[in-house]
Amino acid sequence: MAFTTTVKRSVVGGVALALAGLGISASLAQDEESGRTNLPSIEGEKLLTRLKSPQGHPLKWVVSGFEFRTRDTQALQLDDFSNPAFLWVERGEEAWSTAEGEAGKSCESCHGDVEDSMKGVRAKMPKWSTDKNRPMPLEDKINQCRKERMGAEPWKWESDQMLGMTALIGLQSRGMPVNVNLEAGDMMAWWERGQKLYYTRMGQLDLACANCHEDNNGKYIRADLLSQGQTNGFPTYRLKWQKLGSLHRRFKGCMDQVRAKAYKRGSDEFVALEVYTAWRGSGLSVETPAVRQ
Amino acid sequence: MWKLLRCLAPAALLALGAGAASADSSKSYEIVDGGIPASLTGKPGDPAAGEEAMLNRKLGNCLACHAVTKLKNHPFHGEIGPALDGVADRYSEAQLRLILVNAKQVFDGTMMPAFYKSEGFTRVMDSFAGKSILTAKQVEDVLSYLSTFKEH
Ligand code: HEC
Ligand code: HEC
Ligand code: HEC
Repeated sequence: MAFTTTVKRSVVGGVALALAGLGISASLAQDEESGRTNLPSIEGEKLLTRLKSPQGHPLKWVVSGFEFRTRDTQALQLDDFSNPAFLWVERGEEAWSTAEGEAGKSCESCHGDVEDSMKGVRAKMPKWSTDKNRPMPLEDKINQCRKERMGAEPWKWESDQMLGMTALIGLQSRGMPVNVNLEAGDMMAWWERGQKLYYTRMGQLDLACANCHEDNNGKYIRADLLSQGQTNGFPTYRLKWQKLGSLHRRFKGCMDQVRAKAYKRGSDEFVALEVYTAWRGSGLSVETPAVRQ
Repeated sequence: MWKLLRCLAPAALLALGAGAASADSSKSYEIVDGGIPASLTGKPGDPAAGEEAMLNRKLGNCLACHAVTKLKNHPFHGEIGPALDGVADRYSEAQLRLILVNAKQVFDGTMMPAFYKSEGFTRVMDSFAGKSILTAKQVEDVLSYLSTFKEH
């Protein structure tokens, strides 16, 4: 149970660069190794929900939250007709081709068909932006287009419009491996900041993300089976929320649980955590929009 | 397993804000031989109230991490820590009091929260700032209930 932050940090630190960009090849090779042939699939598209971690990764196996959920919850996710998140996806489709703002343009005016232009985009988020000099989660990318290219009001982080659009864009990467590029710009500094947060105990319960999601995944904490806290399914329809929710909402929920003052959605801290946690799930299939309990 | 314990009263805790300190801020106590021999309230606890505090998700919420056979009529026992059955055979009352007050002084780097500690955390939510999870009375109540966890 001993929790040795410094040891873990130094082990992980050096290998991050070497791992960046390994997503695709690692996932295919490792899947053979895991011996899994009956991967879950949606509409014929296979989802890689478990892979052996590359050397130096803090986890032995990288496992999607999907595997920790009940069959009933999984079944909802595996059928687009019963997955309630598709209500939001439909809204996203509508918004995609609706002109808004001073420029009188829609997303479609510039990007064309969402299925072509947005394929693989979600799998690489957060992505380094040279003009903003920071990594940008998908929400920021969308609002950048709205503000700077459409002359439209930015959407609120947790609004139904934003959730619909991130779900629609995320869906175009479903089945593709999570693959954050840590070599771009200053990404490593953000990765390190995220790693530090991940191992920092916070709140009155004095627990770090790692206490629950690294040291105790696979165990019950009261009625909840702890997963690895992977990010590949977001935005995610959560039965408890009765709603689609963003990754940063989930981060906040986890900080609330330990009675810590949560960071704001879209804050530098949450973006850094997103960079780091996305990296921890490198190679897992994007499952957006996933269903969780 | 037992860490060398300093006989230190966390004096800093007494220096809490001027005026009426919150009833929930922890007071000093003395650690002797890896335990806290004296009751935090000067009185014995109430085991029935202790059972209640253990179960309450906003108080002890002990079942989040521990299984307890005695409480098996309550659903969902966690698997993070060991089962608490027979714990009073394994530890003295003074040791159990210290485990409750601040388990980190007993189990290095443990996940178990310190239930009677109100300062020294990172980014505590405003509504819990300067407060401990349990009051001194609740610690004594839980302790008196735990003391009935005997198998021998
Ligand atoms: C006036 C043209 C224009 C409009 C309208 C527009 N975009 Fe963009 N968008 C761009 C350009 C240009 C880029 C930058 C492309 C690049 O960096 O490769 C971009 C980039 C993006 C990216 C990042 C893609 C990546 O690979 O990183 C996303 C996501 C995006 N837009 C979504 C949207 C959405 C959603 C809308 C509608 C709400 C929208 N855009 C409206 C021009 C537009
Ligand atoms: C007290 C334990 C605990 C701590 C500490 C904690 N979480 Fe969680 N987290 C949970 C539980 C319980 C769930 C819901 C079940 C699950 O997926 O593990 C969850 C779910 C998640 C999920 C969703 C996973 C999915 O597949 O849908 C993410 C992401 C996550 N946590 C990230 C974090 C991050 C980042 C931190 C640190 C800021 C953190 N958690 C701290 C308990 C915790
Ligand atoms: C967040 C999880 C968590 C919570 C909540 C928690 N504990 Fe623990 N507890 C642990 C862990 C983990 C251990 C094992 C010690 C270690 O880390 O090695 C432990 C150990 C113990 C022990 C020593 C058991 C033994 O056999 O050595 C006792 C007694 C105990 N806890 C009582 C309680 C009580 C009473 C509560 C509620 C007031 C509680 N715990 C709440 C995680 C927790």
